Amino acid sequence: MNRDNDKGKVLISRSIILGGMQLFLLFMIVFRLYYLQVYQADKYKTLADENRISTRLLVPARGIIYDRHGNILAGNQQNFQAMMIPEQTRSIDETLTFFKKILPLSPEEEKRIRKDIKHNRSFVPIRLKDNLSWEQATQILLNSPDLPGVIIDEGLSRYYPYGDTMAHVIGYVAAVSDKDEKDDPLLDIPGFKIGKSGVERLYEKELRGKAGNVKLEVNAFGRIMKEIELIEGTAGNRVDLSLDVRLQKKAYELLGEESGAVVMMKVDTGEVLAFASAPSFDPNMFSNGLSVENWKKLNQDEKKPLLNKAVAGLYSPGSTFKMVVGLAALEGGALNTNKYSNCYGKMMLGNHTFHCWKRDGHGALNIVQALQHSCDIFFYETAQKIGIAKIASMARKFGLGSKTNIGIENEKDGIIPDAEWKKRRFGESWQLGETIISGIGQGYILTTPIQLAVMVSRIANGGYAVVPTFKKVEHADKTQFKNLGVSLQNLDLVKRGMYEVVNVAGGTALGAAFNFNGQQMAGKTGSAQVKRISMRERQTGVIKQEDLPWKFRDHALFVAFAPYDNPRYGVAVLVEHGRSGSKVAAPIAGQMLLEALKLDTTDKPVD
Amino acid sequence: MYKAYETSFRGQKLSWSDKLWNISFSYVLLVLILGAIGITILYSAANGSWNPWASKQLIRFSMGFVLMMTLAFVDLRWFLRYAYWFYFLVLGLLIAVEIGGHIGMGAQRWINLGFMKLQPSELMKIALVLALARYFNSANLQSIESIKGIIIPSIMVILPVILVMIQPDLGTAIMLLLTAGAMFFAVGVQLWKFAALICSGVAALPLAWHFLHNYQKNRVLTFLDPERDPLGAGYHIIQSKIALGSGGIFGKGFLNGTQSHLNFLPEKHTDFIFTMLSEEFGMIGGVLVIILNLLIIGYSYFFALRSASYFGKLMAVGLASSYFLYVVINISMVLGMLPVVGVPLPLISYGGTVIMSVMAGFGLILAVNINRFINIGKDQG
Repeated sequence: MNRDNDKGKVLISRSIILGGMQLFLLFMIVFRLYYLQVYQADKYKTLADENRISTRLLVPARGIIYDRHGNILAGNQQNFQAMMIPEQTRSIDETLTFFKKILPLSPEEEKRIRKDIKHNRSFVPIRLKDNLSWEQATQILLNSPDLPGVIIDEGLSRYYPYGDTMAHVIGYVAAVSDKDEKDDPLLDIPGFKIGKSGVERLYEKELRGKAGNVKLEVNAFGRIMKEIELIEGTAGNRVDLSLDVRLQKKAYELLGEESGAVVMMKVDTGEVLAFASAPSFDPNMFSNGLSVENWKKLNQDEKKPLLNKAVAGLYSPGSTFKMVVGLAALEGGALNTNKYSNCYGKMMLGNHTFHCWKRDGHGALNIVQALQHSCDIFFYETAQKIGIAKIASMARKFGLGSKTNIGIENEKDGIIPDAEWKKRRFGESWQLGETIISGIGQGYILTTPIQLAVMVSRIANGGYAVVPTFKKVEHADKTQFKNLGVSLQNLDLVKRGMYEVVNVAGGTALGAAFNFNGQQMAGKTGSAQVKRISMRERQTGVIKQEDLPWKFRDHALFVAFAPYDNPRYGVAVLVEHGRSGSKVAAPIAGQMLLEALKLDTTDKPVD
Repeated sequence: MYKAYETSFRGQKLSWSDKLWNISFSYVLLVLILGAIGITILYSAANGSWNPWASKQLIRFSMGFVLMMTLAFVDLRWFLRYAYWFYFLVLGLLIAVEIGGHIGMGAQRWINLGFMKLQPSELMKIALVLALARYFNSANLQSIESIKGIIIPSIMVILPVILVMIQPDLGTAIMLLLTAGAMFFAVGVQLWKFAALICSGVAALPLAWHFLHNYQKNRVLTFLDPERDPLGAGYHIIQSKIALGSGGIFGKGFLNGTQSHLNFLPEKHTDFIFTMLSEEFGMIGGVLVIILNLLIIGYSYFFALRSASYFGKLMAVGLASSYFLYVVINISMVLGMLPVVGVPLPLISYGGTVIMSVMAGFGLILAVNINRFINIGKDQG
């Protein structure tokens, strides 16, 4: 009985201890709760938001590109996509079958769609077809009762209303590639497109805009529950170009089927009004994704439509270089109006004969006449007199032999050779014969059409180092450019020679002359040999250019400005294998300048 | 013996009205409050809907409430008399489930009664307490303190523990073991025996590890390092801590728990319901639930201590400990203090048998209180 009493006492004391231990454990839990919910609350609040909030970028509208008169050169077009939400269909197969009746799907497309359906949760929209026209999108919407789960998604895609006319200037946008610098989270968005070429690439930063973002609440399976916050992005800035759509169109119209380039600019601002490289291509193909077939076609064309000949094509300037040689001699005092040379059709140096293009010779000529007739002998002699160094230095002053840095990709420097260049390039010393052929723009000299346009503009504007640009300039002021330090008197002689080329009997480009309200053009022909004329050919008679295969024919060149007495526009024309500067290139330049002058009268009163 | 019981205690028979007036209304109120909280959270777990959980839980809770009140009015001596009967019946059911489980597919833990699924392992939590209480009621202190004297009760514990473990239901097995341990402690088994048991248990850990199922091993490893596999086994613990921690002091508000409603929190209506409660009602809500449970356990101990009978005392302590283990294991689990072992939070988690067994336990505790003046002899039963 005593022991039984003890048994009861033990139970009571042990129960109190047991209860105490249990109380203690519950306090531990309360402490743990405090630790998680108060002490570490901020950490877990952040983690909770990371769990549930998904931030998605909103693609801003790309900036619109306008020409100088406000015509849209690159715009955004509504792009329709057909999407399917598998969980909203009655049966995926049924919907797909009906969809195919409206818009056929290729077997590859259907394979991709089925793969996408398998790899995504059933509430994730699957792309069926993109780049739908408004008509196609409407057709799907009209049939929506039979297409449960199919929705139409709108987006923006880049559109180039002038197509190939603007391709080489505006360029195009395309998907971001691994090579592109990823400095913006936008670039990580699948399908985001950036400027890959031309002005689209040049002004990418301005055109792109700033991404907006939308914060979405998602559940554990990624389904969007609601929108929490929406921050609109800023659309890209508009870019106003110096280009004039009408002149640009005119340039392509004049080039027609030829392969070549036309660059036209304002001589006192450097604004490029027309910038054509022919043949061209449709940039919309790139914006919508180029097919392999089209890519091959573009790449294999012997006229190289993808090559931007205005900046990346290298050509001997031929006789268009004669102004530079003349100016070098005039500035150096080796020439003046009273110095005459006699041309007998050829000239000997050692045992080598240099020919004038006119076999019978021109007789006695001064600088003005030599330019007018494009006498080769005169410039051989002049070059021989002043040496390559002075010629090269003058050429560089006028923008030849180095990039204009207008911002179009793949621009080439070209070559203005001198003794040092040859030493560096070939490790050989300079030969006098090389100086002589440089006098007529042949030999090592290589220039791009845009450099020639700069050259003629600098001659026309009285020796200001105008730099070409695609941006519209509001206030014309040529004195903002460096003066090249060439005397106006000498420039006037050269300009006079160029005037006579076009407008005085005996000039090499008489056929291109015009007189529009007393405004006339001055210019200079040029042809660049593609194939050397051999000794035997000279003896047996030079093969006529027309009889040569296309790719061996001479390149035709013409540089010009107008109006002669108050120059506003400078233009350079190159026609690959066009044979004759006077017959093929000069009329194009003449038409371009005439068009520009005519447009001036309609746009604003002539000043 | 039966005749002696009748004659010696006839005078102590309580009337119905005595019983009704002696029922602890505070205790019943606490149970009702916790039940109501559970239904509220289940309403929120279904995104503000009575379906599919809250309405069913209400029905089960009501059934459990009826069961609790019924048992509260039963004479304490009746429990003593049928303790072993009940124990062997449940043990038989456990074996039946085990055999049925082998015939059927996978782990089967219940017997389908048509209107509800009966989980014998849940019934065992009560049956074991009753059987042990009866055994120790008859034993004297000398035999309790001897090794020989605790062999029989140990076998009474080990048999169901093994049967539950091979189901496999590690959570319930641990709870049975710990409940029995609490009762062994309460009756006065020497501390060195517990120490020896723990030591040999630790020594046998590698062996036990060998017998664990892969998913159980994973749970333990994941508990030790939840970041081990954040999207797999560790996902539950990590997401539970995120949901709970982000609730802060005041919580996100009723129906506004983001992690639970967006399904980042798994099992939000069953094992992880405390997390959901704490996300929506914050630390204040969590602590309130803990305090309510503390009060229930405290009252149970109070009833035990003031009961005149050894059997009543021990039964109440055993049942209180069993309930305590539910609460502490579940909450520790969702707070990342214990591995995920699948123990629900009674009265709050969705689930039929747990409510029934816990409410039955409350009924017995209430009966102890009502019959607190009845003295039961050591030789009764």
